[in-house]
Amino acid sequence: MQRNILEYLEDSCRLFPDKVVFADDKAEVTYDRFVRQSRYVGAYLLEKVLNGKKGGPVAVFIDRSIQSLTGFFGAVYAGCFYVPVDRQMPAARIGLILDTLKPEVIVGQEKDRKILEELGREDKLLLEGKVFEDAGDLSLSGEQETLLADVRKSSLDTDPLYTIFTSGSTGVPKGVLVSHRSVIDLADSFAREFSLSDQCVFGNQAPFDFDVSVKDIYSTIKNGATMYVIPKVMFSFPAKLITYMNEKRINTIIWAVSALRIIENLNAFTGELPGYLRTAMFSGEVMHNKVLNYWRRYLPDVNYVNLYGPTEITCNCTFYKVDRSFADEEVLPIGTAFLNSGVFLLDGDRLVEERNVPGEICVRGSSLALGYYNNPEKTSESFCQNPLNQAYPERIYRTGDIGKVNEMGELVFLSRKDDQIKHMGHRIELGEVEAAANSLDFIDAAVCIYDKGEGKIVMFYQAGEACDKEVLKAMGKKLPKYMFPNRLCHFGKLPLNKNNKIDRTYLRENYISKPAI
Amino acid sequence: MRQEILEILTELRPDVEFENEKKLIDDGILDSFDIVSLVGELNDAFDVSINVEDLLPENFNCVEAMVELIENLQEEE
Repeated sequence: MQRNILEYLEDSCRLFPDKVVFADDKAEVTYDRFVRQSRYVGAYLLEKVLNGKKGGPVAVFIDRSIQSLTGFFGAVYAGCFYVPVDRQMPAARIGLILDTLKPEVIVGQEKDRKILEELGREDKLLLEGKVFEDAGDLSLSGEQETLLADVRKSSLDTDPLYTIFTSGSTGVPKGVLVSHRSVIDLADSFAREFSLSDQCVFGNQAPFDFDVSVKDIYSTIKNGATMYVIPKVMFSFPAKLITYMNEKRINTIIWAVSALRIIENLNAFTGELPGYLRTAMFSGEVMHNKVLNYWRRYLPDVNYVNLYGPTEITCNCTFYKVDRSFADEEVLPIGTAFLNSGVFLLDGDRLVEERNVPGEICVRGSSLALGYYNNPEKTSESFCQNPLNQAYPERIYRTGDIGKVNEMGELVFLSRKDDQIKHMGHRIELGEVEAAANSLDFIDAAVCIYDKGEGKIVMFYQAGEACDKEVLKAMGKKLPKYMFPNRLCHFGKLPLNKNNKIDRTYLRENYISKPAI
Repeated sequence: MRQEILEILTELRPDVEFENEKKLIDDGILDSFDIVSLVGELNDAFDVSINVEDLLPENFNCVEAMVELIENLQEEE
């Protein structure tokens, strides 16, 4: 009976000790060395940092390097859960995340000290370099071995493994807390459903604070495979990307839809093609067939899989193996539920059983996250009792996505029921962008509307005079770049509706282009 | 042409001072989404087609490099 994701790592390490598990553009690490490094970090945390406070969050400042992964697995060896924090985010947003977490330790580098000083948390910084200062050959003492063994013995599959933060409508990001059980379910389902094996070479595109990367990391260690962390800049310059994929013989990719779209937008397949690629899975937002058809035209023998699901149900709950052709304007289904994942449609509290009738996509099963960390209100809003079950407690997650079942019995995504959007592959609550804008003292009010046709966040703001540049600069101190409004419209006075609220309907009708479809 | 490119860039990213930046790519100021938009805008504005072989970091690090790239592409046509 598997209780802990570390069993994947250790099983693969027994089979392939000298095989490379993770590599980035500067370094690579074998299974054997990676296990020893992670155990060393785990023992260090237990002995020198945590003082008996097991089970809490370990924040790990991340970039595109495999060192970040040592931090993650070190935290897990210490019986804690890890929280990836992108060190390039504005200090204010990092502050909000750390306020929610109150972590006992923050794993980072010297360059992170300044931000942590600003936030008054520099006393929690643990330097990656310092941990390995006296590491020697990474061997552990008898007491350290006992510490690690005790932690493992008492670990449960319901214990948290990681928290990934996602946009929150009130302006405060929400930390989705996911257990070992959910990730074990996910990795097992992926291996079975997509025939993953030790022959897989993964090309990781998604940053580690984005849950698409969870599938890369755990599919790699479960199957004894190898994962290459592709440098971010290559997605701007795809010729380099494709050369890299061929050099590393990457045959399996699990990417954000936006990354596949860049290839199509830049018409990148007119030169070299990724010759080893066998499986391309994608998720994060709607995949338009125009983009997929571009890929299928150049790479007809690749297996394409459309994956669907929010972070709260551990990456994905449905999949569709692309098995027929689609016209550019047709909608690609999100398919059917993974084994051990229950997916159904609710209209209010009523089960939608008819074909082609819309309902909210709801999920039940082991894949459900434990909740939002330190946020009972939001947790009970989204994770609630299954209204179809009056007999015993059973949690479901209401995704807020509207879907339907088509004639072929496949689930199809239709729309969102609130102000959450998918923009450049990121999940964003427009409320969070508005909250950042409305906190600026030189503007009176601001609302955001998503222009779907153009793929742009449009912000309407009221201020004494137009000050687009100042607005963006100030927002850059609060929000990551992907949340920036793409178009700003200045008003001396924003239009109001009968209830004296800013008239969003009027703004949408007069300033937003009509979507093509 | 330089002025026109500057205008396109400023409209794309009003928060960046493009006159002084010499490492737009190396310093991560422009990301892949910016590049996608920028390539589309440049193709339209100057009636060129920037191909995958032209998409190199050194062609986009500063305004001067972009001017040179566009001029070369226009000469080829």
